[in-house]
Amino acid sequence: MAEVDETMKRLQNQKGVQGIIIVNAEGIPIKSTLDNASTVQYAGNIHQLLMKARGIVRDIDPQNDLTFLRIRSKKNEVMIAPDKDYFLIVIQNPTE
Amino acid sequence: MNDSEATLQKNIPLAVMPPKRPKSRVIKEKEKKNETPDEGASESAHPEHIFPLVLTSVTQELFGCRADEDVTGENPYKLLRKEDIVQDMKTRAAVSDFSPVKHIVLEYPEDELLLVFDRDFTYGQCFYLVLTVEAKDNMMKSPAQADDDEEPMKDEEEHVMEPKTPESHPWISQGSEQEIEDESLTHARPRLRYKISPLMRHCGAPVCFSDGNDGYVECSSYEDKSFSITRMERDTSIQASRDTTHSSTQTLWKYPKNMCTQYEPREFSPEEKEHHLRSENLKNFITSVAIRFERSLQQNVISDVFCDDWTVLCEDDGVPTGKTETQLKEYQSFMDLHFSREKSISHVHWHPSISGVIAVAMTERLSLEERIDNSTKLLLNPSYILFWSFTDPINPQLQLECPEDVLCFQFCPSDPNIIAGGCINGQVVLWDISAHVERLQDTRSGGDNISNNLDKDDVIPVVRYCAVSGIENGHKAPVTDIQWLPETFELSRFGIPVENSSRICVQMVTCALDCCVLFWDLRLPRAVSQSLTDVKQKSEEKPPENPHGVPNTFKHLNLTWKPFIRVSLPKIGSTGEYSPLKFSFRDNTVDYITGDKPPQDAEREEVCGFAQLRVPSAKQQKPLENISTKLYVGTEDGELVYTDWKMEKDNDSGRLFSAKPTHQFLAHHTLVNTVSRSPFFKDIILTVGSFGFAIWKEGVMSGPILMSACSKVMCTIGHWSLTRPALFFIGKKDGTIEVWDLLQNTHEPSQTQNISTASITCIRSSSSCGKHHLLAVSDRIGTLHILQIPWTLRKSSNNEKKNVRKYFEKEEERLEYFEKRQIKHEKHKKEMEAEQLKKKTEPAVPLKPDEELEAEALKEYEQFLALEKIVLKNMGLLTDTIDQSDL
Repeated sequence: MAEVDETMKRLQNQKGVQGIIIVNAEGIPIKSTLDNASTVQYAGNIHQLLMKARGIVRDIDPQNDLTFLRIRSKKNEVMIAPDKDYFLIVIQNPTE
Repeated sequence: MNDSEATLQKNIPLAVMPPKRPKSRVIKEKEKKNETPDEGASESAHPEHIFPLVLTSVTQELFGCRADEDVTGENPYKLLRKEDIVQDMKTRAAVSDFSPVKHIVLEYPEDELLLVFDRDFTYGQCFYLVLTVEAKDNMMKSPAQADDDEEPMKDEEEHVMEPKTPESHPWISQGSEQEIEDESLTHARPRLRYKISPLMRHCGAPVCFSDGNDGYVECSSYEDKSFSITRMERDTSIQASRDTTHSSTQTLWKYPKNMCTQYEPREFSPEEKEHHLRSENLKNFITSVAIRFERSLQQNVISDVFCDDWTVLCEDDGVPTGKTETQLKEYQSFMDLHFSREKSISHVHWHPSISGVIAVAMTERLSLEERIDNSTKLLLNPSYILFWSFTDPINPQLQLECPEDVLCFQFCPSDPNIIAGGCINGQVVLWDISAHVERLQDTRSGGDNISNNLDKDDVIPVVRYCAVSGIENGHKAPVTDIQWLPETFELSRFGIPVENSSRICVQMVTCALDCCVLFWDLRLPRAVSQSLTDVKQKSEEKPPENPHGVPNTFKHLNLTWKPFIRVSLPKIGSTGEYSPLKFSFRDNTVDYITGDKPPQDAEREEVCGFAQLRVPSAKQQKPLENISTKLYVGTEDGELVYTDWKMEKDNDSGRLFSAKPTHQFLAHHTLVNTVSRSPFFKDIILTVGSFGFAIWKEGVMSGPILMSACSKVMCTIGHWSLTRPALFFIGKKDGTIEVWDLLQNTHEPSQTQNISTASITCIRSSSSCGKHHLLAVSDRIGTLHILQIPWTLRKSSNNEKKNVRKYFEKEEERLEYFEKRQIKHEKHKKEMEAEQLKKKTEPAVPLKPDEELEAEALKEYEQFLALEKIVLKNMGLLTDTIDQSDL
């Protein structure tokens, strides 16, 4: 628990980070630094995208797997790291 | 043909007896006739125009027509002259051969008669005479033709027959219609009709049926095998038709139904979350994944990979060519001959919603003594606030009558028809111009309406003020600044911001030189409701009087209006109070829970709803957090005071008093004439004093983050630009405007421009003026100049806000650094002083006698030599002998 907190804090203190969300494999958020509405929205949408992205990667090469996904938008960047049971989402505004 | 046959039969000799002819000749003639039908028809027939004639040889010789000599078979024609014939008849009278035709000859129209040698005796005689002219012509022609015809006829038969158009002939039956007639069915006889009807007495009678087998014989048809006729032909008709099928279906009728679903996202309960957070799995995951994140995050911070340098580069220089002018161009200027003479403009405000309309407050340019001296004159000349419109530069559109000179006024942000102003005698005045808004809006549309409104233009409507505060309750000095509180919140009696349920601006703040800041509410307090009902009843009994045509919007406030919060500004550190000139509070926004917003229509309802609005009870109101209640106040003495407007209750006396200001800073050495917040940064404040300006950041208490150098000419007013974060305008006493651009120069203005000859009293820029960006500048002689802001001064570059913010941050850091340095310096100084003090207080060291000092010195020297020897010995550089000899 402490390690989780500590890592989250470390990530949060990076420059420009707006929020961190830990989500389980089904898309249900576990822990988040954003408000509930945004958390749920991010978790739900990104879960679908993640499934799709992972499917693409494995479709092209079944031995391959998705390790990191970065979505760059005008206002910020969303970074997603998937795993078997969980995935972690970090939202950063890099141009500040 | 028939004629020829007929004439053959009646070949009877005529009066002149022709010689008998053999039959064979007749036959020959007949044959000949068949060959040459044309000749035959005329010769054998004894037509009327032929007269067979016998000519004796004498006559023949006389006329030169001897047979077979003059006239031959080939050339049987001889034309005889009629005169000769007549002559002959005369000479020989009855003997003449021509005597039978005497009368014919005499009657003959022409001169020549035709005599034809009839070799074959076709007409019975040797010669014949043609009696008629026609026949003669025919004769002459036909033999010629016959001669011609005989020869070419043979040729013709060889050629193809000339094509002739078929002539219609009647139809000749060949026998085909017989078959059709056989087949067709015709009635051989007309049809028989029988009508059988029972006797009348049987009609309607009851019928009795019974079997009737007897009495009739049946002959039914049967097939006889011995005799069969096969039908060889059969007439049938055929018609083609499509296959048709008959089918049907039944559909289900689905009728629309209203359905709805509701969903919510799945969430974990807190226990589950805890469980997950504690799991080993998650820990491992996080630790393994964090590295990736950190790398990416840092990458992003180091450099922006997606930044397009090319576009970013060009945007900074994106000034369209051709717009190189940087000066403020004069667009229009307003000066009224009646009202602006001898007056100065104290305050200018653009109309918030109607573009092209600007309101100007005129005041007299008199000092206090002069006012007292001329008080009677002043009473007769009331002061006005004038509304100017761009469409009419000569006449103002509207005049608001003020009880006294108005030093400052503001439009209500939520309802632009309400204007609040502060007078020079300390009263606060309210106007309601909703009756004249159309006029103002009409003028905006331009010249189209001017012709229609000519009658209106003659008289400029004067609007009297709706309500004025009570003299004893208001300020005791000229009101120098007035501002409306935004509609997002309102204040309770203690100054605590609470939620404003009505969503319209109901409160305003004023300050005056009598050292207090007053908060006014447009609604009646609850305590007064009792007496108000009396008043209301009174007013209901008689219809509300409306002298001067004043709308009843604020009748409830008139002359009884008083502020509900009085904030005094006691001085920090000394007695007395600050006398505020201008103030500025933070423009706070409040987040609303969306359900709470009342329907807009109910609020936009009558403005006279103000009379019905009541200050809600303190219990009902919900205090709002996140609203800053701090005020920046610029004072008469040049200080900038930072204070809180919340009232505190004095426990001893139970009275409310305001807290002491938290900070004050002596920024300028004369009065502060502007305290204004930047429209882009909520915590940056510009204050302008007489000799310079200063920029402050809220929260930084040590001093201004930027202070300008003293300028030669006094500054009278300052104003932030509404479009560029780094720009602001400073008005000066000599009528010039300085444009300061913080990103260019901070030690001098980037531009100076002279606008008028008198000092500038107010600068305001408009935000809603269509495509023009206009700056309104008023001066002390009563002229209002409208200037156009050029492109460079109004277009902000992309990063301007960021750069300005960085600049301010840098300045802030500098201040902090200086503070720290100051502290360090002081500390250092203190230490230095302490040391010096310590030194002074230490006892003096006793002086040793000189011999002792020498002895000591010698001893030290010997010690040193010994040391030297040891060292050199150790280093192996010393030889014992030399050393001893030296010693």
